[in-house]
Amino acid sequence: MRNTSRNFYLIPYVLWIILFVVTPLFLVLYYSFFDIEGHFTLDNYKKFFTTVYLGMTLSSFWYAFLITLFTLIIAYPTAYLLTKTKHKQLWLLLIILPSWINLLLKAYAFLGIFGTYRAANSFLKMIGIGSKQLLFTDFSFIFVSVYIFLPFMILPIFNALNELNPSLVDAAHDLGGSSWTTFRRVIFPLTLDGVKSGCQVVFIPSLSLFMLTRLIAGNRVITLGTAIEQHFLVTQDWGMGSTIAVFLIIAMVIIMIVTGKKVVSKVL
Amino acid sequence: MKKMSKLSAVYLIVVFFILYAPIFYLIFYSFNSGGTMYQFEGFTFDWYKELFKDSRLLIIVLNTIIIALLSAAISTIIGVAGALAIAYSRKRRVKNTLLSLNNVLIVSPDVIIGASFLILFTMIGIKLGLISVLLSHIAFCVPIVVIMVLPKIEEMSPTMMFAALDLGASRWDVLSKVVLPYITPGIFAGFFMALTYSLDDFAVTFFVTGNGFTTLSVEIYSLARRGVSLNINALSTILFIFTMILVIGYYYIAKRNRPNGMGDRR
Repeated sequence: MRNTSRNFYLIPYVLWIILFVVTPLFLVLYYSFFDIEGHFTLDNYKKFFTTVYLGMTLSSFWYAFLITLFTLIIAYPTAYLLTKTKHKQLWLLLIILPSWINLLLKAYAFLGIFGTYRAANSFLKMIGIGSKQLLFTDFSFIFVSVYIFLPFMILPIFNALNELNPSLVDAAHDLGGSSWTTFRRVIFPLTLDGVKSGCQVVFIPSLSLFMLTRLIAGNRVITLGTAIEQHFLVTQDWGMGSTIAVFLIIAMVIIMIVTGKKVVSKVL
Repeated sequence: MKKMSKLSAVYLIVVFFILYAPIFYLIFYSFNSGGTMYQFEGFTFDWYKELFKDSRLLIIVLNTIIIALLSAAISTIIGVAGALAIAYSRKRRVKNTLLSLNNVLIVSPDVIIGASFLILFTMIGIKLGLISVLLSHIAFCVPIVVIMVLPKIEEMSPTMMFAALDLGASRWDVLSKVVLPYITPGIFAGFFMALTYSLDDFAVTFFVTGNGFTTLSVEIYSLARRGVSLNINALSTILFIFTMILVIGYYYIAKRNRPNGMGDRR
């Protein structure tokens, strides 16, 4: 298409980019330089580098890392075995289906399930064994997050495995490679892109899951997302919230560079 | 193909079980006449009856659907224009820049989108409520539509357009009679995807919704924070069925979306 018509398509789209992509990012950066009374200051950044916020950032990364790791450990074999099934597209659809159910309903379901343990716990306490609190713990937070992210990890790995040429695997076997060697030297390196995309879709959102920390972890786990939500909607300290957001954006960019630029949408 | 070993089959079954158990657990207890999610006392439809009598909730459902349909429709229009703009930009650098900017909102965590939109709406003086929620839903649905439509445009052979131009079609004719019909399956897929994103969204809405206006996700959150109430279970059963219908609809469209031969770039 020539220039005139091209400009015509560009207008609404570029307006959208300017208004909803570029401007909000700049506004976050701009607000990070103001304190709660609206004075220009660098205090927010100073505050961020105190032990409180750095500790929180570290623990947030640690949780995100654990969530990504466990999701990967469960997802890879699942994706691999799915490619071996007879009606693999149908099975894949069934694996993806739960990801279409509203996230909050799934979190709520776990409220109930862990509540069962609470009932069991009170029983244990009554007969004198003592209770183990399952809801409102790190474990429950990680478990529910892994549950929620599992389909998003399986999908890109499945696609990568599906595109893998089986004759390569046969060749490795023919040349005397054991199953483990074949996996380590052939299958895994060739599906690494899928793994990277999967890690990207899991790691970035798990830095910011504030609703899960609120519902499941009972404010015990504070992620970067929880802190941002707290500052914006509870204490109204937008400056500090924006500062944390700036660091979250930086983290996001670094992860994008590490895992490659290929963007995967959350569903299919 | 080798037959799967028993161990593998067991592994898959366990994964499937874990994925579906919580959902069916919710649905199961929606028929519980007792008020808890751990003791099934008796079968009842009471929670459903209560749900349908709750006019406040019905209004929230209606709001959610209106927001989803409107934002999906508007973002589809902007997204298709965007996909065309990206596909037909001749300079590689322009194309790459547009694509990167497009993907910012897809990879950004919801909290960042929500917080930055909250600042934006406050700055330009848009009152928090229906309008701000609608605008932000449109905003985060646009890139998804672009991602869904773009491959369809790029798989289309340019010779079809040249043929149309040679036969005397105006640019508008080329767009409306050649390009758009060809990419229609992509447009539908984008619309559906936008619809589900909008229906599903919680975090962004939570930030930009004011006091008066609520969508279903936000309402579920505030209900769940108060603890277990079996109304939510009944609601989740209905949403589960609704989601099933949407997924089947989406896959029906996706199936037709497969390359159909004519005019594909080879």
